[in-house]
Amino acid sequence: MFPLARRALAGLGVVVGVVTLMFALLRLAPGDPARLLVGPAATAEQVTAQRHALGLDRPLAQQYASWLGRFVRGDWGTSIATGRPVRTMLGQAWPATVRLVGISLVLSYLIGIAVGVVQAARGGRLDTALSVATVTLFALPGYWLGLMLVMVFTYRLRLLPAFGAAGFDADFLPPAARMADALRHLALPLATLTLVGIGGTARFVRGAMLDVAGSPFVTVARSKGLSETQVTLRHVLRNALIPVVTLLGLSLPTLFSGAVFIEAIFAWPGVGRVLVEAVQARDYPVVLAATAVSAVLVVLGNLLAEALVSWADPRTR
Amino acid sequence: MRGDPRRLFSDHRAAVGAGVLGLAVLAALAAPLLAGDPIVQRDIVATRFLPPFATDPLGAFHLLGTDRFGRDVWARLVYGARISLGVGTLAVLLSVLIGVAVGAAAGYWRGWVRTTLLGLTDFGLALPRVVLLLLLASLWQPSAGLVILVLGLTGWMTIARLVYAEVRAQAARPFVESAIALGVPGPRVLVRHILPNALTPVIVAAALGLGNAILLEAGLSFLGLGVQPPTPSWGNLIASGRDTLVNAPWVAATPGAALVLVVVAATLLGDAVRDRLDPGRRGVALSEAKGA
Repeated sequence: MFPLARRALAGLGVVVGVVTLMFALLRLAPGDPARLLVGPAATAEQVTAQRHALGLDRPLAQQYASWLGRFVRGDWGTSIATGRPVRTMLGQAWPATVRLVGISLVLSYLIGIAVGVVQAARGGRLDTALSVATVTLFALPGYWLGLMLVMVFTYRLRLLPAFGAAGFDADFLPPAARMADALRHLALPLATLTLVGIGGTARFVRGAMLDVAGSPFVTVARSKGLSETQVTLRHVLRNALIPVVTLLGLSLPTLFSGAVFIEAIFAWPGVGRVLVEAVQARDYPVVLAATAVSAVLVVLGNLLAEALVSWADPRTR
Repeated sequence: MRGDPRRLFSDHRAAVGAGVLGLAVLAALAAPLLAGDPIVQRDIVATRFLPPFATDPLGAFHLLGTDRFGRDVWARLVYGARISLGVGTLAVLLSVLIGVAVGAAAGYWRGWVRTTLLGLTDFGLALPRVVLLLLLASLWQPSAGLVILVLGLTGWMTIARLVYAEVRAQAARPFVESAIALGVPGPRVLVRHILPNALTPVIVAAALGLGNAILLEAGLSFLGLGVQPPTPSWGNLIASGRDTLVNAPWVAATPGAALVLVVVAATLLGDAVRDRLDPGRRGVALSEAKGA
């Protein structure tokens, strides 16, 4: 497990790097953070007081140390726009994001792997047709696909809600109806995120399958008299899944990024929407904390993928 | 010969991809010939929300209809192509420049140069790109220039990785050794002998990166953090159609369709070039499959 420990250390380095980068960006950005915080109508004394409160009048190294310390302790300040502690805002938002991204991750990988396997195993016209479909899904901007789905399923067919995670009356519904309401609200954002994800996964799985299919051990399996299905599923797919697991870890930031747009479109109460609203309001304590949190999530995702790969493929240990 | 362009275009993907991209670039360049003014508003009440193929009371024909200010959607689409394609192309160029420089230096010089540059590349790859884009866009005034800079600065890592691997492979080959033995100075060996042979995978990465950059520009503009209205970009066109999905769905639908078409074209072209350059490998590289 030594390499994994080394990767964990590298991951920690990335997180510290992100926080450092944010510190540097804040210093580089035009405008005085203190002035931003107190607003345009503030007097010179108020700005000075705010500078002192933020520690901007101290030496740079000292500022950096206390910045890092506050971040590690989870003291992320208060939102300029809402006045609430940033930690509370993100703490309330992350379960919704994990729910949306988690379900979408599972669905898009299951469907994407199935599509990629069919493409690689069948070839021919079906492969071409599915390739056209997957490259189109891959190219779809999630926010636009989301709007188009809203147009069809909400405005034309009046079937599914387009905003939020629950209806206004959700708290007063019996459990079964509340569940149905939650699922109906989940449908469109989940479909959007999953459809876009299927494109990339299927493309990658198809390629990984074709790469493995040329290996000598596949010829051996076939010459042993195994059926084509057995060769495809037991020999080719199993080996092709190793890079797919790596992709799973690497695609977490992409998925999270996608979720940012989708949450903004569907008013899904997750980290992405908090982030977009904060960015639009220039509420940068929130933006900074959300950035740091997403960096941590990304690093954890990559570590998880590497642990999975090293468990599945002893050669990588 | 593997680089023969005629062979490349016998691949339908390359022909379709290059054709669509070419048409889009032509339309963007010839925008003043193809469409009227994308910004001017005339009689708003009489001309707003006209469906596609409508002629307004002032006698103007609107291929793709009009938006809520009575502006011609086709004109905004064509002029928006200038911004979307221009910003995407410049951002990818910047990424290629940085990526080639970093990858070449890391591949050629051992020791701390390599360690530092590779560490920097890994760090960049681990950053959540969209979140970083949002952060930067929130700290500075949004503009096309900022979008180019930010997309360029966050998109070079995959190219650096490719160039690094290729430079290392090339540096071990006999013609490089003989150049060094002849007394050619190091930087000259790198620039004149190694790099020209190491650039082919960059073309693939650039084609795929173009699609990605165009999507991200549109995403930022969609959120109001990129190109600012009334200047049309495909992203802010989609955003402007968001509020009129019910009565004028064409305003949001058409720029999105254009976006999908161009990104599909760039991806097909990239796929075809990659298969042509490297017939043994049919897989999509991790960095490509990852997307944004």
